[in-house]
Amino acid sequence: MLAKRIIPCFDVKDGKVVKGIQFINLKIEGDPVKLAEVYEKQGADELVFLDITASHEKRDILLETVKRIAHVVSIPFTVGGGIRSISDIKNALSSGADKVTINSAAVNNSNLVKEAVKIFGSQCIVVAIDAKRAYVENDSNNKIVVDTPKGKCWWEVYIEGGRIPTGIDAIKWAITMNEGGAGELLLTSMDCDGMQEGYDNPLTRSISEATNLPIIASGGAGTPEDIYKVLTEGKADAALAASIFHRSIYSIAKVKNYLSQKGIPIRLQ
Amino acid sequence: MPKISIINYGVGNLRSVRRGLERTGAEILVTHNPKEIRESDAIVLPGVGAFSTAIRDLASLSDLLKQHVEEGKPILGICLGLQLLFTQSFEGGLLEGLDLIKGDIVKLPDNVKIPQIGWNTIDIVKHHSLLEGVKDNSYFYFVHSYIPKPQDTTVIVTTTEYGTKFPSIVAKQNIFATQFHPEKSSNNGLIILNNFVKNVRR
Repeated sequence: MLAKRIIPCFDVKDGKVVKGIQFINLKIEGDPVKLAEVYEKQGADELVFLDITASHEKRDILLETVKRIAHVVSIPFTVGGGIRSISDIKNALSSGADKVTINSAAVNNSNLVKEAVKIFGSQCIVVAIDAKRAYVENDSNNKIVVDTPKGKCWWEVYIEGGRIPTGIDAIKWAITMNEGGAGELLLTSMDCDGMQEGYDNPLTRSISEATNLPIIASGGAGTPEDIYKVLTEGKADAALAASIFHRSIYSIAKVKNYLSQKGIPIRLQ
Repeated sequence: MPKISIINYGVGNLRSVRRGLERTGAEILVTHNPKEIRESDAIVLPGVGAFSTAIRDLASLSDLLKQHVEEGKPILGICLGLQLLFTQSFEGGLLEGLDLIKGDIVKLPDNVKIPQIGWNTIDIVKHHSLLEGVKDNSYFYFVHSYIPKPQDTTVIVTTTEYGTKFPSIVAKQNIFATQFHPEKSSNNGLIILNNFVKNVRR
């Protein structure tokens, strides 16, 4: 049976792992290569490596770090942040990444995902969506409004590391990317990110049901129960988390044992 | 030390296959040079990307690969590399493969999310040297939208369940192939690569 995946995420700036609280306030969390080794041993199913400043400052991703990580791990490994072109994708893959995430560039260049899929295959193209709630009083004609415990809302796609709102409906955008050939969606709730109070389960569930793609939920993990909820209520296929692992609040092994005891299919070592 | 050639046919991540095989102590070449391939003790056919692109880029080497197999030298197909060994694939129309194993490559059923991405278990159908030290129901990492359907079911070594039950390892004499990525499957995957290299030494 296909297992649900637990994926530690490394937000990297200047070669160091950091994790911002709601994208601001960056704190140093350590060496990504060492963390990658430790996490594979603890049972991480994959690793995601995001160069969080690359997109904003138009810098190339840290290919050297990617090569070093690829040398020590034998689990799949995704690289993102500042992937803007076919040659960026090619460089990341040839440095040892198995997949890339495309975020802002998918919005800015509507052909990039389709073109990338044609050349590299769906399996290595992950579309990353940063979504933020926009609360509304009533249903809307051109937005998909969902009734959540906190009120009615739709979700807006933000780009450039959460700095720029696009006016695009995240659920509709996910469907468009599904049709464009994306292999997976990495869905980050900007409202929940860094808060450690749980994932945005209504968002995750809405997109999981609207598309036929594996969904990696991101933003908000504070406890193993939060992860359990996003894999069940949120219908996510994988849960991504940073702070709770990097700060050794819960080890990956502990989280996976908890999920397994709750009946979730999980790869245990 | 056995010399193993990883066939380099275009785009994709060959670093991890190389790294995984290097850990076994074998001498590894990443190449599309016919002379180097001819001189190697074994071949690994990796796989990332689309069937149509891969089979086109392999066209000039296909006779060489078939000759290698006829000489009794081992070949390991990984993921798309497994699929290329079959007679034909329905990915992007109907395309001919290398026909080293008789059968078709067909799409996963549409009652599941496609591609299958992640860790899934193998059910061991029959004992095989590739599986020495690997327990039944072990997890391996899969990324694929198509699955093999061999004509002769005796080539099936393990099966995996995803919407349907499909062969996840097939083997026929000196031909070995995995639908999952051993190089991405942590310790279990490294055991499989090691077992393949042991086969080369035999």
